[in-house]
Amino acid sequence: MKAKAFWTSTPGARIFGILATLVVIGLVETAIRTGLINAFIVPLPSQVALAIPRIVAEESVLHRFWQTTQEIFAASLLLVVVGVGSGMLLYRFLALRLACETWVGALAAAPVVLMYPLFLVIFGRSATTIIMIGFAAGLAPVVLKTLEGLVGVRPVLINVGRAFKLTRAQQFRLVLLPAALPSVFVGMRLGLIFAMINIVGVEFLINFGGLGQLINELAERYDLPGTYAAICFVILVSIVFYVMTGKFERWLRPHQ
Amino acid sequence: MTPTDANASAGTTGTVNSGTGTESLLRVEGLHKRFVTRDGPVTAVEDMSFIVAPGEFVSIIGPSGCGKSTVFNIIGGLLGDYAGRVTVAGETISGTHPAIGMVFQEESTFPWRTVIENVAFPLEIAGLAKAERLEQAAHFVQLVGLHGFDRRYPSELSGGMRQRVAIARTLASRPRILLMDEPFAALDEQTRLLLGDKVLQIQQELKQTTLLITHNLTEAVQLSDRVLVMTYRPGRLKRVVDIDLPHPRDSEVVSSDAFGHYVAEIWHDLREEASRGIQDAESQALRRSTAR
Repeated sequence: MKAKAFWTSTPGARIFGILATLVVIGLVETAIRTGLINAFIVPLPSQVALAIPRIVAEESVLHRFWQTTQEIFAASLLLVVVGVGSGMLLYRFLALRLACETWVGALAAAPVVLMYPLFLVIFGRSATTIIMIGFAAGLAPVVLKTLEGLVGVRPVLINVGRAFKLTRAQQFRLVLLPAALPSVFVGMRLGLIFAMINIVGVEFLINFGGLGQLINELAERYDLPGTYAAICFVILVSIVFYVMTGKFERWLRPHQ
Repeated sequence: MTPTDANASAGTTGTVNSGTGTESLLRVEGLHKRFVTRDGPVTAVEDMSFIVAPGEFVSIIGPSGCGKSTVFNIIGGLLGDYAGRVTVAGETISGTHPAIGMVFQEESTFPWRTVIENVAFPLEIAGLAKAERLEQAAHFVQLVGLHGFDRRYPSELSGGMRQRVAIARTLASRPRILLMDEPFAALDEQTRLLLGDKVLQIQQELKQTTLLITHNLTEAVQLSDRVLVMTYRPGRLKRVVDIDLPHPRDSEVVSSDAFGHYVAEIWHDLREEASRGIQDAESQALRRSTAR
């Protein structure tokens, strides 16, 4: 019983996660060394680990990491302002919602990254193009989940606001938005994931910017350990943003 | 039609506290509300009139679907487009009014606010400084017996405690009339009786004029000075029963003979209406299944 309690506790779960990752890495290492996985396609995890200090020293990976982080941060800000704002507008104006909701849903399924030539024409081969594609890719889930959250607010909470004679702005700020936050955060997390994937993807495609460009260059040099080491940094960016969003959510919703 | 006429025409046998010259805080006159549904127009409330005097505790009781909540929503100002008049201290009201504080049947505390922040909500809207509103809110938290739970979130409280938070929040806005729509409907009978004690204690302490909507006979008799019995659709006032049980009152009163007598008396009127309600619901279900 004690062992079960430990593994289901937070430190126990963390240790279990680390151990499970190490076991998987060990299995991959063994599979490559025994020839089950082709070493020309997948490098040894031990080689990837050794490549990390090299790409830090030689490929200015930290600078590129910072560049990608900035792009993701800019896209996230746009997603919060425009995405959440658009969700609010769709909630507020029924005609707009009826006219646009399906189109926004369609945007969620669209491979926005394939439109990169259009963005290149509009914004040039610059960080703005990368940010805008990331933003466009992450927009739909933020808008839709914000709308879903607002529509799903329990009517009794709205009636409480009405009973206290709240103005429309107060009703939005004090009742609707806080009540919709759980859904808004789900949308923001999804939007952020889509934005991150597309930002690194476009950096790779247009060979510009941060980690995506580095992965492109290392892959073209057939430096597989270096490529995978750079991918580890992309995962690190993802972890940083995931943790940041979680902390932001806990700050805004301490009751959770 | 005056309240007296309405009550008389409904065959009232209890003492009707609505005659001319009686001081009233809340006056409802000739209330009539019709809804348009898929099955055609439905008259939810028809020609309903009554008054509530200052400091009085009045309950409206009726079977499910009789229009009790419609009356609640009209008086609270959440429902418009009705015939008749609702006045508070002589002022005709339309829409929500600061003199009327509402407590809802459903769980209505804000889950993102602590107990004290929930209770301070109306004071925040009123623009009180933080220190002042927290001090005032603390008084109402204490009043509903939740001292020590100030910093807890609703998710950490039981259903009964959450309803007490909702009551304290409404009381904090200092309404002249407390309007409650089956606030204890989701609670078990024992909790309901004990919360009834708390409500009575608060009502007696604040001399709070209260109008309670309920379908629970025990609750209505335990808490009220008068019980208004409604008919099943269309909802009309069928009878007014004065509850002449001693004050201060608590849940011990449920074991008295007089209490049983009042419950039996009201049930006698309600039984017929409740049967009509069930028959109506069954025939509607049958019509729908035949139509399919």
